[in-house]
Amino acid sequence: MNGTSFFNRRHVLATAVAAAGNALALRCAFGQLYLDITRGFVEPMPIAISPFAGDTPQAREQGEAIAQVVSADLDSSGLFRTIDRRAYIQSPDELRGIPRFADWRQINAQALVTGLVRAHEPLTVEFRLWDVFGGTQLRGLRLDAPSASWRRVAHKIADAVYERLTGESGYFDTKIAYISESGPPTRRIKRVAVMDQDGANHIFLTDGSQLVLTPRLSPDVSRIAYLVFRPPAPRVVMRELASGREIVLGEFPGMSFAPRFSPDGRSLLVSIAQGGNTDLYRFDLATRQLRRLTEGAAIDTSPSYSPDGTKIVFNSDRGGSPQLYVMNADGSGVRRISFGSGRYGEPEWSPRGDLIAFSKLEKGFFHIGVMKPDGSDERLLTRAYQDESPTWSPNGRVILFCRQDRASGRTRLFSIDITGYNQREIPTPLDASDPNWSALLP
Amino acid sequence: MIRRTVLSLLSLLPLAACSSNSDSASGSATGAAGGAGMPGGTVSSAELGGPRGTIVPGSQQDLEINVGDRVFFAFDSAALDDAARQTLERQAAWLKQYPAVSVTIEGHCDERGTREYNLALGERRAQAVKNYLVALGISPDRIRTISYGKERPADPGHDETAWALNRRAVTVVNVSG
Repeated sequence: MNGTSFFNRRHVLATAVAAAGNALALRCAFGQLYLDITRGFVEPMPIAISPFAGDTPQAREQGEAIAQVVSADLDSSGLFRTIDRRAYIQSPDELRGIPRFADWRQINAQALVTGLVRAHEPLTVEFRLWDVFGGTQLRGLRLDAPSASWRRVAHKIADAVYERLTGESGYFDTKIAYISESGPPTRRIKRVAVMDQDGANHIFLTDGSQLVLTPRLSPDVSRIAYLVFRPPAPRVVMRELASGREIVLGEFPGMSFAPRFSPDGRSLLVSIAQGGNTDLYRFDLATRQLRRLTEGAAIDTSPSYSPDGTKIVFNSDRGGSPQLYVMNADGSGVRRISFGSGRYGEPEWSPRGDLIAFSKLEKGFFHIGVMKPDGSDERLLTRAYQDESPTWSPNGRVILFCRQDRASGRTRLFSIDITGYNQREIPTPLDASDPNWSALLP
Repeated sequence: MIRRTVLSLLSLLPLAACSSNSDSASGSATGAAGGAGMPGGTVSSAELGGPRGTIVPGSQQDLEINVGDRVFFAFDSAALDDAARQTLERQAAWLKQYPAVSVTIEGHCDERGTREYNLALGERRAQAVKNYLVALGISPDRIRTISYGKERPADPGHDETAWALNRRAVTVVNVSG
């Protein structure tokens, strides 16, 4: 492939991909490098990520580590494939100027990431993204941060590369809240845990002495709400992430559970179960007013706001079995949207607004699926003994979920692209459930 | 489901029998010797509770062994079947016998549902039990409810038998003080 122009390559690739019955993966929009990720399987784009240069050994070490995190992020998306560094011809120092593109065309790199660690503490990093076959700079960025936040700097670089090459915002500079599980099934110990999207910086927020479930991060990722089994009744509590301080919400009548923040972060949807009936309520965090949104003897739970805050999708058995319903944010205009066979649950509205993810039990298997907000175009992405708790990446391209293995009983987190490809396990120190993917960090 | 219930209750009996063996060893020897020579004698029987002296009347153990502390449900249902109603009728009689006892009804689900839906379903089951006990004359002030959803299975298995045992409401005697 040496010396093949990008356009020729594109033609070859397009032919090969079309022959395989898959969607066109790489194309050149307005003469620029572009990866179309909106259709089916995408052939990963080969990309070179040079270790970042630095003037001191410490800076070089930092530059090496940053490049590794950028590579791991991009590879994990399934859309990119980092070319082995041993194939790189130019050294990091040689890459302080304009790259010799011919050297990078030889190893078939479509894109090249270069960088320089200018200062170590506080950290100052410059990076550039190059279109190797077009011979142009696609993006250049300087980032400043305390050196302790170096992984965030790397994630922001990966986000910038992802965004420039796919046209979609990234999702690497994010957190995942989840429930860490250990111990026997009949006396499971559960703790709220938070980690970076790639599993780094893992912390436990609770000590396991009380049963906790369903953590949800606020849109600005400053607070976390979850369910705790604390006498006299299980209830929703909220904490500040930075300080760990609990923000008292007050007493709800009955059992409160299934917390979800509104997109503006000002209120919390909760389910309240009382007298055998579960309804949805909105709790205003400033005024502490509790407003009932649903009525009737049915179970109404697992609410999720549309990103514009005007609608709520939720789970209800009012029609005889658990199905998905959409209503206006004030509780009016309820209509059912799931009409397929099986039992639906845990809807979560995509941050892009275009899809609703859900779990579904049908003929003995659980699925994670997506449908449009009007209920049309249902697609099932997974099938297993028990798949649950779908949660969206902030760009609405990837879904994180929990899978329980029937033989071992182990529960673990997986991610899958909404195309149904690139399923990956997200490693956690112990068993894991109830994932909640944050927005991009502010 | 019902078969497993009976089995699990029966499995308690050998334990009870074992612990009372030493007490009744001489009696049974006498009975065997006497029975051998008893022509056409009738056999009478009387209900036998748990082993004397080991169970505190009005305690959780008393409820479990002598009354039955739990009822079972069909998939995604909070309806009480005949077996459940019979158990609850015994529980109501027992609660009337011990008026100082207050209880918590724990509602549980199998794992074949979502976590949040199951929390709601468990509450609905616990409430169904409470309503029935109240209808039988027990004061609602003596009965609290809590739902554990699918968080505390009685059987750790992942099959129909385990699920049936886990779809339950358990009556738990409150420890006062």
